[in-house]
Amino acid sequence: MTSRLETDSVQPAYATTWAYIELMKPRIMLLVVFTALVGLVVAQSVSGLTIDIFMASVALFAVGLGSGAAGAINMWYDADIDKLMLRTSNRPIPAGLIPREEALSFGIILSCASVLLMWMSSNLVSAGILLASIIYYGVVYTIWLKRRTPQNIVIGGGAGALPPVIGWAIVTGSFSLEAWILFAIVFLWTPPHFWALSLLAKNEYKLAKIPMLPVTHGVTNTRTQILVYSVVLALFSSFPTLIGFGGILYAITALILGTVFVWMAIDLKFSEAGSESASPIDRLKAVKLFGFSIFYLFLIFAVLLLEHGFGMFYSVKGLVR
Amino acid sequence: MSGEIDTGSPRQLSKEALAARKRRNIWLGVALAGFVVIVLLITMVRLANGIPERM
Repeated sequence: MTSRLETDSVQPAYATTWAYIELMKPRIMLLVVFTALVGLVVAQSVSGLTIDIFMASVALFAVGLGSGAAGAINMWYDADIDKLMLRTSNRPIPAGLIPREEALSFGIILSCASVLLMWMSSNLVSAGILLASIIYYGVVYTIWLKRRTPQNIVIGGGAGALPPVIGWAIVTGSFSLEAWILFAIVFLWTPPHFWALSLLAKNEYKLAKIPMLPVTHGVTNTRTQILVYSVVLALFSSFPTLIGFGGILYAITALILGTVFVWMAIDLKFSEAGSESASPIDRLKAVKLFGFSIFYLFLIFAVLLLEHGFGMFYSVKGLVR
Repeated sequence: MSGEIDTGSPRQLSKEALAARKRRNIWLGVALAGFVVIVLLITMVRLANGIPERM
């Protein structure tokens, strides 16, 4: 039997409230809520349906809670590898602030609360997708894929891409082509975003035995994959304009940002970023692409929000006529 | 630390640890109360609006 003193030696001195917020990955939560909000606003504008603002707020809150729940479950399972990597070693569990089992309980309770609130405030469809996205991230990605395949980020990206679909379903109670286009943009954005980061942390992933692409297929292949996904993303981001729910402002923004994204990916492709001989300038190229990718996704969705939520939608078809 | 005997006596918490535990408990209470209030408000809004078409 473990003695009390022995247990205490691995128990935190004390956990602050902020440690529990950190357990929910607050930056990811913000991005998730933001993309869900855009899905919700575009759905109202395109479908003509409206939703009570209080109910919409609770539903978005539920999306945030669900994201936090998935983050806590992820941290529970990954605690052993988190402590091996510099980037994650100060997370609440490896830092000794929160016991591992408590993180799992926290995640499960939040999952139940978020799905219940979503169901009550909107509909069964959006609650179902929210539950699916929590399971997708917490179980399919974290437990099954992350430590098994270099395609972990690609397949797992589906979980992070679901919030705009949830936002859409909150309003309409169903799916539509527009919602899946928003899903695809986030889905295609995920690999170049995370692979740019993995180029910088390749040795840490290797140490933790996570089969990230730079570890299993080398950095040259990773830089090529980043370029391929960036080109596909830039081309695909024109779909909202082609379908008709992306206006002139969106078309211009997507074109400029997509071009910059591809240009930065080309610059990265022909650098030595990720290799042992990489210069600080080469490393900086990966850092810049990682940072720009966040800016890219935020702006692409922010423009859609401006067009559909603030009356700034001017159809490209109208311009052609 | 192995070999230490568990006396069963309560662990002495530091002042900081006690204060942190108190803060955590307050936030837990606030969160639970908030959840109850949200559920109440949702119920009231739903009753006021009738049965929603897209339920």
